Amino acid sequence: MLHEPATPAGKDPAGPYKVRLGVRMFLFYLFFYAGFVIINLASPKAMSAIVFAGLNLATVYGLLLIIVAFIEALVYNAMCHKKETELEKPEPQAKA
Amino acid sequence: MAIIVFIFFVIIVIGLSLYLGNKAKTSSGYYAAGGKIHWGVNGIAFAGDYLSAASFLGICGLIATVGYDGFLYSIGYLAGWIVALFVVAEPLKKLGKYTFADALDANYNSRDIKLMAAISTLVVSICYLIPQMVGAGVLVEPLLGIPHAWGVLMVGAIVITIVATAGMASTTYVQFLKGALLIVFSTILVGAVVIRGLSTQPDQGGEVPFYEYAELQAAQLNGQFVVLDAGWEVLEQVEVKGGLIFVRLSHAGAENWWYAHESDGGMTLMESQSVVTRTDGRWINGALASAENQLRPVGNLEQIEGQTQTETGSLSIFEFLASLTDKDTVVRTWKSASFTDAAGDKVTVYYPNDVTGDRIMRPGLKFKVEGTLLERLDFLSLMLALFLGTAALPHILIRYYTVPSPASARKSTIVAIAAIGFFYILTLFMGLGAMVNATMNPADSNMAAPLLARSFGELLFAVISAIAFATVLGTVSGLIVAASGAVAHDLFDRYLNVKMDDRQKVRAGKISAFAIGAIAIVLGILFKGMNVSFLVGLAFAVAASANLPAILMLLFWKKTTAKGIAASIVVGIIASLGLIALSPELFTLYGLNPLDAPIPFNNPGIISIPLSFITLVVVSLLTPKKEQAS
Repeated sequence: MLHEPATPAGKDPAGPYKVRLGVRMFLFYLFFYAGFVIINLASPKAMSAIVFAGLNLATVYGLLLIIVAFIEALVYNAMCHKKETELEKPEPQAKA
Repeated sequence: MAIIVFIFFVIIVIGLSLYLGNKAKTSSGYYAAGGKIHWGVNGIAFAGDYLSAASFLGICGLIATVGYDGFLYSIGYLAGWIVALFVVAEPLKKLGKYTFADALDANYNSRDIKLMAAISTLVVSICYLIPQMVGAGVLVEPLLGIPHAWGVLMVGAIVITIVATAGMASTTYVQFLKGALLIVFSTILVGAVVIRGLSTQPDQGGEVPFYEYAELQAAQLNGQFVVLDAGWEVLEQVEVKGGLIFVRLSHAGAENWWYAHESDGGMTLMESQSVVTRTDGRWINGALASAENQLRPVGNLEQIEGQTQTETGSLSIFEFLASLTDKDTVVRTWKSASFTDAAGDKVTVYYPNDVTGDRIMRPGLKFKVEGTLLERLDFLSLMLALFLGTAALPHILIRYYTVPSPASARKSTIVAIAAIGFFYILTLFMGLGAMVNATMNPADSNMAAPLLARSFGELLFAVISAIAFATVLGTVSGLIVAASGAVAHDLFDRYLNVKMDDRQKVRAGKISAFAIGAIAIVLGILFKGMNVSFLVGLAFAVAASANLPAILMLLFWKKTTAKGIAASIVVGIIASLGLIALSPELFTLYGLNPLDAPIPFNNPGIISIPLSFITLVVVSLLTPKKEQAS
């Protein structure tokens, strides 16, 4: 017997869109995160450069990694919600 | 005061669990809170679950001792939620029922997957439990004045009560409460830190006079130190690994160890602190240890932007960070070295180590990003494991089953990212605040945040300590729910097909919770003294190696087979645990020379994660597709 989910999810017409969007946004963040790691490894002293309000690149980049994650999450949710609403709307009746 | 707040909090937590007890009569209620938790509550509960002792105690402690390198954990832990949100949240919610194994096995109905996923859940949960229990002991020791082991035992007993009374329902609300309180009071603490500002002679708001450490000029004659100031006598000198020299001095009848430091072409002896274990007891700074004679709290600024004997007054958050980042700011951190003296007694010396602000505020003090290739790979490996580990932690994944829909799973993840991200930004301020306010215990970095709170008064210390304690309770509860689900649901019910009705399944879950709680207590006592954030980093590496390849390939590669998933989990567990067991950090724990460790780095992810992926692909390609159930 296969396992049933905890709560029935129902059909999700926006599913494929959300997967595509999720993967793209994940890749964007992955590159951003990889940039941080690569700078640390390739040119660690560059992290000392003062870039904003007396803060160095390490601090600004680190804080941005946290803030961008939140912004991306909000954008992702808004786009998913929009698509879900759009696809759940009943088809408008054709005019005679 | 601290004891009253602490007892008040424990009564609330246990009362809440007993009140919610009637919601855990069915297995759905016990393991998934009936799938009816609101996404907002679940999001904060995620934060309560995730922001463990490692985050609050460990990261703040690491930042307070090694600066920016500790903040790397904050960055990596938060980044991991991106994988959870964009890749895992909704599909997992659609597939699973109670446990991580349910989701992996949803399309296969494979005994191999059930067994391996259950074992993986147990291994990861126990790896994660150890630092939480260590953190519990560390907290309770100064808070209630009881020994570490009793603290661990007490936490274990309370957590078992929480889980055994109402399973995931009580766990969720304890985590919600704790997550919300943690964020609110950490914000208050950070506000207090920046309002106080920076000082080269921090006196905890005038409450504790700043202790000025002395320096003596010395010379070497035929390799022997001679103090140039009159009245000081050199009794002994010891050179330890790494070329560090410590000198035992006598002055006016008192003895202590000093650190010999070469500066401006001459030798300076820097006053240090020491703990000597003799047959007649522990001697601290040359006198027998007592309630009054303990290690002095440490950590201060020697210079602020080139100025000595100065203070800034209130600062903005940017000014606070900028002042510490300045290349002319000098931070006095403390290191330790252990050796055996001429009398055969074990000596640990805590000695000052001045570091400039620009060095403190970028990576490199702990993770050698400018070191050898292997040292750089170690850093890369850590960042990889932190990024990929979150979405593979079983106690986090099962929280997706407590909400009613995949959209709720997504929204609760976003709330979690907001709450957790905000908290991790606060850790930078709390850690740096602890580093420069002369509040650090040089022998144990884990209490950095609560001790910083104490410098603002007993009330804030009591509340922060109670929250830190709740932090442990919330996370350990989640881990025990996950682990008990692995034993009772995955192994007994699904794998061994033990016939149980719904009530018996709940009872099996509760009995499992007791057993796992007992194991956690023993491990928490055995691992006393390890930095909790380091231990959690290892749990992430095991999770990322054992579970993540299976989750990702299940979702994105159609040729994935049951045997491929099971094999990748086995290889992930064995490879990550094996590499950890042979790492330099564990060799230190064994009492061996870390340079003799056969594996030259501490973080196994860079090898074990790809190995697990490769295993899954190879075994899946070799396994006939027809073995799948559907």
